[in-house]
Amino acid sequence: MIELLTELMSYAFVVRALIVGVLVSLCAALLGVSLVLKRYSMIGDGLSHVGFGALALAMALNLSPLEVAIPVVAVAAFVLLRISENSRIKGDAAIALISSSSLAIGVIIISYTSGMNADTSNYMFGSILAMSESDVFLSVGVSVVVILLYVLFYNKIFAVTFDESFTRATGTNASRYNTLIALLTAMTIVVGMRMMGALLISSLIIFPALTSMRLFKTFKQVVISSAILSVICFVAGIVVSFIFSFPTGASVVVINLLTFTLFSTISLFKKKI
Amino acid sequence: MKLISCVGVTIGYDGQRAVNNVSFDLEQGDYLCVVGENGSGKSTLVKGLLGLIKPQEGSITFDGIAPNEIGYLPQQTVIQRDFPASVTEVVISGCLNRRGLLPFYSRLEKARAADKMKQLNITDIKKKSYRDLSGGQQQRVLLARALCATEKLLLLDEPVSGLDPVMTADLYQLVAKLNQTQGITVMMVSHDLESAIKYGNKILHMKTATAFFGSTEDYLKTEMCQRMMGVQKHD
Ligand SMILES: Nc1ncnc2c1ncn2[C@@H]1O[C@H](COP(=O)(O)OP(=O)(O)OP(=O)(O)O)[C@@H](O)[C@H]1O
Ligand SMILES: [Mg+2]
Repeated sequence: MIELLTELMSYAFVVRALIVGVLVSLCAALLGVSLVLKRYSMIGDGLSHVGFGALALAMALNLSPLEVAIPVVAVAAFVLLRISENSRIKGDAAIALISSSSLAIGVIIISYTSGMNADTSNYMFGSILAMSESDVFLSVGVSVVVILLYVLFYNKIFAVTFDESFTRATGTNASRYNTLIALLTAMTIVVGMRMMGALLISSLIIFPALTSMRLFKTFKQVVISSAILSVICFVAGIVVSFIFSFPTGASVVVINLLTFTLFSTISLFKKKI
Repeated sequence: MKLISCVGVTIGYDGQRAVNNVSFDLEQGDYLCVVGENGSGKSTLVKGLLGLIKPQEGSITFDGIAPNEIGYLPQQTVIQRDFPASVTEVVISGCLNRRGLLPFYSRLEKARAADKMKQLNITDIKKKSYRDLSGGQQQRVLLARALCATEKLLLLDEPVSGLDPVMTADLYQLVAKLNQTQGITVMMVSHDLESAIKYGNKILHMKTATAFFGSTEDYLKTEMCQRMMGVQKHD
């Protein structure tokens, strides 16, 4: 095991992927708790598909991928949040429309410019090779911002997530915190998307929170457990993908699925006793 | 002293008026009961007072109380069944309006939350998960949270719906005690006319517009009240 890890660490690209992945997993897990509990999981999914479209567009226009994707996904975060808050216009259906449309447009742009190739598949399912040095800096920057804001606003995020009307009635600007969560999610998704893949990144947001909720009963425990689980699953996923040469994103998702199953089983047994 | 005065308040959804031209005053120390049929605009009025919906017409003025100092107990809390939160976490979240932009709760807020939990007899379940509590216990937890948010005014929207008779009597006693011993003003929406008359010193009868507003004694003399009492006796 130690040997394997030292071997892994000797590749610069693996080290980069690990740094970015661990940070993104951490942020995604923290934000995920609120998104899942507010029934906003679909926003994460929608954002990643919009991100895919934006990446395709950037590639076609020969622009830097992140310079296009970050603003586009941030705007999408605003729009999707407004749609979800306004339940009268079938929020989930509208998000599904936006996300499949972005995917379709992205695929057409790619096939028109460079033809369907390895790049397309990498964008959809992720590639461990995708992380450059500037991505490492960006992900460190984004994660520091996400974690700092999350800790500073932790109590407000709890209150807004638990009971929005009460929190608004006692003078907290709930929409501001919803917007904050959506924007931080957008940033996290953009940074993690090329490694995890546009189709798989949303699992980083949803799985850790759902898994932790099987066993833990207070908000704080769920947040902490999600953060830890998310990082562990990511590292395990990388190791597995390296040993068996599986695709990275898919390995991480499968490890998350296994953990979820394990936690669900334990919680079933605990209930029986 | 008037804490809140509403003058000609009208609130609607998509052009439909749910609250029409309602005026009333809430004096310090009052126990005001808001009664009326389903859909008569009671919850809408409450949301208007809390600033959750903007009135289209009329004015709501606060005196000696900031709009964010109201302790609110919602009619239905749309909290999901599986929400992981301990009783303490829920109760102390009522202290958020005292923190302003400061990020963490201080010893003061922790003591306040502990004090309110003691008052409502929920100290022994403070580590339990909110989702595992009975309806009555959940209601107490939310009342403790509301008390954390206010010194002056409790706004309760049908706090006893879904509670058994013992729990209901219990909660009424508790609120009455808070009103009498701590001088907390109470405004309670209720379908239970008998208790409204028993505990409230003023009644607001809603029928989208104000059907009655005044003291409980005067309300008892109205035909509307006698008819309502008759209806309740029959079922
Ligand atoms: N979010 C909403 N959107 C549109 N119409 C609404 C909304 N909430 C309430 N209404 C309408 O406003 C009117 C008043 O509703 P409200 O909830 O204030 O009644 P209520 O007196 O609290 O009734 P109940 O005793 O059932 O709680 C009703 O006709 C209702 O259909
Ligand atoms: Mg109501």
